[in-house]
Amino acid sequence: MSEQTIDLKKRRFLTGATSVVGAIGVGFVLVPFLSSWMPSARAKAAGAPVDVDISKLEEGQLVINMWRKKPIWIFKRDKTVLDNLPTLNDSLTDPDNTVEKQQPAYAKNLYRSINPEIAVITGICTHLGCSPTYRPEIGAADLGGDTWKGGFYCPCHGSKFDLSGRVYKGVPAPINLEIPPYHFVTDSLIRIGVDPAAATS
Amino acid sequence: MNTRLNTTLSAMAALLISFNVGASGTDIHLEAANTDITDQASLQRGATSFMNNCSGCHSIEFMRYNRIAKDLNISKEDMLNNLMFNSEKIGSPIVSSMPEKGPKDWFGNMPPDLSLTGRARGTDWIYTYLKSFYADDTRPYGVNNHVLKNAAMPDILWQSKRDKSAEAFDQEVRDITNFLDYVSEPAQLIRYRIGVNVLGFLFVLFILSYLLKQAYWQDVKYGKWRAKD
Amino acid sequence: MDNNKNWINQRFPLTKVWNEHLAEYYTPRNFNFWYFFGSLAMLVLVIQIVTGIFLAMHYKPDAALAFASIEYIMRDVDWGWLIRYIHSTGASAFFIVIYLHMYRGLLYGSYKAPRELIWIIGMVLYIALMAEAFMGYVLPWGQMSYWGAKVIINLFGSIPFGFGELIVEFILGDYAVDDPTLNRFFSLHVIAIPLILVILVFIHIVALHTVGSNNPDGVEIKKNKDKNGIPKDGIPFHPYYSVKDIMGVVVFLMIFSSIVFFAPALNGYFLEAPNFVEANPLVTPTHIAPLWYLTPFYTVLRAVPPLFDSQLPGVLAMFAALLILIALPWLDRSKVKSIRYRSWPYKVALGIFVVTFVILGWLGMQAVTPLYSLLAQIFTVIYFAFFILMPWFTSIGKTKPVPERTTEH
Repeated sequence: MSEQTIDLKKRRFLTGATSVVGAIGVGFVLVPFLSSWMPSARAKAAGAPVDVDISKLEEGQLVINMWRKKPIWIFKRDKTVLDNLPTLNDSLTDPDNTVEKQQPAYAKNLYRSINPEIAVITGICTHLGCSPTYRPEIGAADLGGDTWKGGFYCPCHGSKFDLSGRVYKGVPAPINLEIPPYHFVTDSLIRIGVDPAAATS
Repeated sequence: MNTRLNTTLSAMAALLISFNVGASGTDIHLEAANTDITDQASLQRGATSFMNNCSGCHSIEFMRYNRIAKDLNISKEDMLNNLMFNSEKIGSPIVSSMPEKGPKDWFGNMPPDLSLTGRARGTDWIYTYLKSFYADDTRPYGVNNHVLKNAAMPDILWQSKRDKSAEAFDQEVRDITNFLDYVSEPAQLIRYRIGVNVLGFLFVLFILSYLLKQAYWQDVKYGKWRAKD
Repeated sequence: MDNNKNWINQRFPLTKVWNEHLAEYYTPRNFNFWYFFGSLAMLVLVIQIVTGIFLAMHYKPDAALAFASIEYIMRDVDWGWLIRYIHSTGASAFFIVIYLHMYRGLLYGSYKAPRELIWIIGMVLYIALMAEAFMGYVLPWGQMSYWGAKVIINLFGSIPFGFGELIVEFILGDYAVDDPTLNRFFSLHVIAIPLILVILVFIHIVALHTVGSNNPDGVEIKKNKDKNGIPKDGIPFHPYYSVKDIMGVVVFLMIFSSIVFFAPALNGYFLEAPNFVEANPLVTPTHIAPLWYLTPFYTVLRAVPPLFDSQLPGVLAMFAALLILIALPWLDRSKVKSIRYRSWPYKVALGIFVVTFVILGWLGMQAVTPLYSLLAQIFTVIYFAFFILMPWFTSIGKTKPVPERTTEH
């Protein structure tokens, strides 16, 4: 070979090939670094499903459990409450639960629950993330008197929800409260964090 | 030029390799454990042995049940039903059921956590230690240990030693040792395999970068950058 | 594209910097194997900074939590073990690369005029790197971390007139190595010293690019320029040395990965077994030694006996052994830079020095015995003799004539 035969084509090919393979290498290197940001085994263990025994839950009583650092309300609704729920539809933003991600399919019903009596709701306001207070007393004067059939009131910006977590019209919160995945292990034991389908498979 | 370089480097390498600074100060001869971290059956037997014989007193608090289940191919049900004596949650760390206070009176001190014993002491030490109990009436449990003088621990494997053949007993101790080696660094199970792939990839990249360098350095060779005298 | 370039160039000298430091930075054409280690040192610095950033996201600088947080990284964090092993291997790799880089300087007289300042900045970098490595080694809060920190910090206690104790308490922030010590070492290790390292590397390179690189023949390529003002023996750094360095980087990564994946503890040289036991102020490990890269100086410390009930002489000797390297450009009286043309006394002396340095390093890892103590003293004397006698042995003997131009090899 002499000076004239320097092969520029080969050089361009090798530059390209080395760059591509090098870039693939950088891509591989990124995997461990980015993965290290995902929830660790400890976070996963801490975020594991939570079991709640509801055998001693009385009508009207609400218990707050923590699952993945979020308050999960479990409360028992009596017949009056259940009968009142359909009557509120006209004053609600989304009475028919059209926003899919706010509840699993098995809670997409009037009572937003598996068992109508037992409500399981994530207690975080859909406006800016405060936790609303439980106001079950019917006709509370500060919440609209006779029109108030019991529900939740957010102290931060005044959003109101009914006793199945559906949002009222004319308040800052845009959509209904979220229903977490859960299922009944037995009639009196709820496991928060696992869908009924996932539990049987 | 190159020969001098090579001698210097190889002398340095020889020095580095031939002296082991990790050796501990004891003079006791340690038997070779001959464990094999890739032997999954041995690790599974070791896990069972550990949970039945050791986990009552010793924690391996940096290890989680579900990690062991996943790494050693033990089913969740098996783990929950047969191997978890101290906890109900599969994601929890393996902590002994020892109360905080009692052991101090029973053994003189808390049974140590064994998460890292495989790395701190080495497999040969664990293997020899478990095999080195001998009768000694002056000790509270009637046994002493050649490797760890006045060990507070009873000879937990005495029944196996009595009932099993020498080979079977050695294998049981080897399995426990292997398991503790795995526990001391669970990443061992995957890092060799990943390492081979990484080196393979780098080798391809090396060939390319070598050819690339040669292609460019033709210029230098043929004087494109040589001075025009 | 060109418009964008102009827009930037009017506001920042992008093209100018690119040309001055890469495309039109003329580098001697005869670089050999030893000239890979400068760019490799920069690569390792980047590796250490990137892995360090990610480790700091999971590590807890708290005496009660630190040890467990390392094991949390090793087990619970996805791929945490890999990031940690890259960082721990990188620490040792940094010193291997730096020692070879410095040895290159000794081989080819790279510290001689006009490059004295580059050498001095490099020495400051080396000392800063030692401090960085030492503090990093304390963070896992194992037995070696703890007792190593204790021994090294206690060195300062030998300073006389009552200052020693005061300084030790000042460094510790407590009466023993404890949480405040760990916390401040963390801060220094992750931000203060890395910042200093990066700035010094920048200055090191600016100084280098001002005078230009030395080479294995030790001739100044700038003395022979063609009519365009380009050194006749120079080639542009980019693309010639950039492609060559990429090849060097890949070879380095192959060796580096072999350790990370197949022997991250490297038989106790990179990660010591006792450091897998949590720090315990009541029990000293049976044998304690610093990591390999500090051991030559540790041997010098142990070799010098106490005087008037004070450890001060040993401590002073240790620092002298380190600092005397800075004087190298003025101790070397030879007119010739490269080993290729040096007189035989220098070649012999350099050979003895390399062997001495390695033996000092090995002795620093061993437990003290009368024989080893004697050897440590002998080799400490040889170590210092290399520097003290340098003005003499570099001025005797017959040097070979240095060529006008670089040679082919």
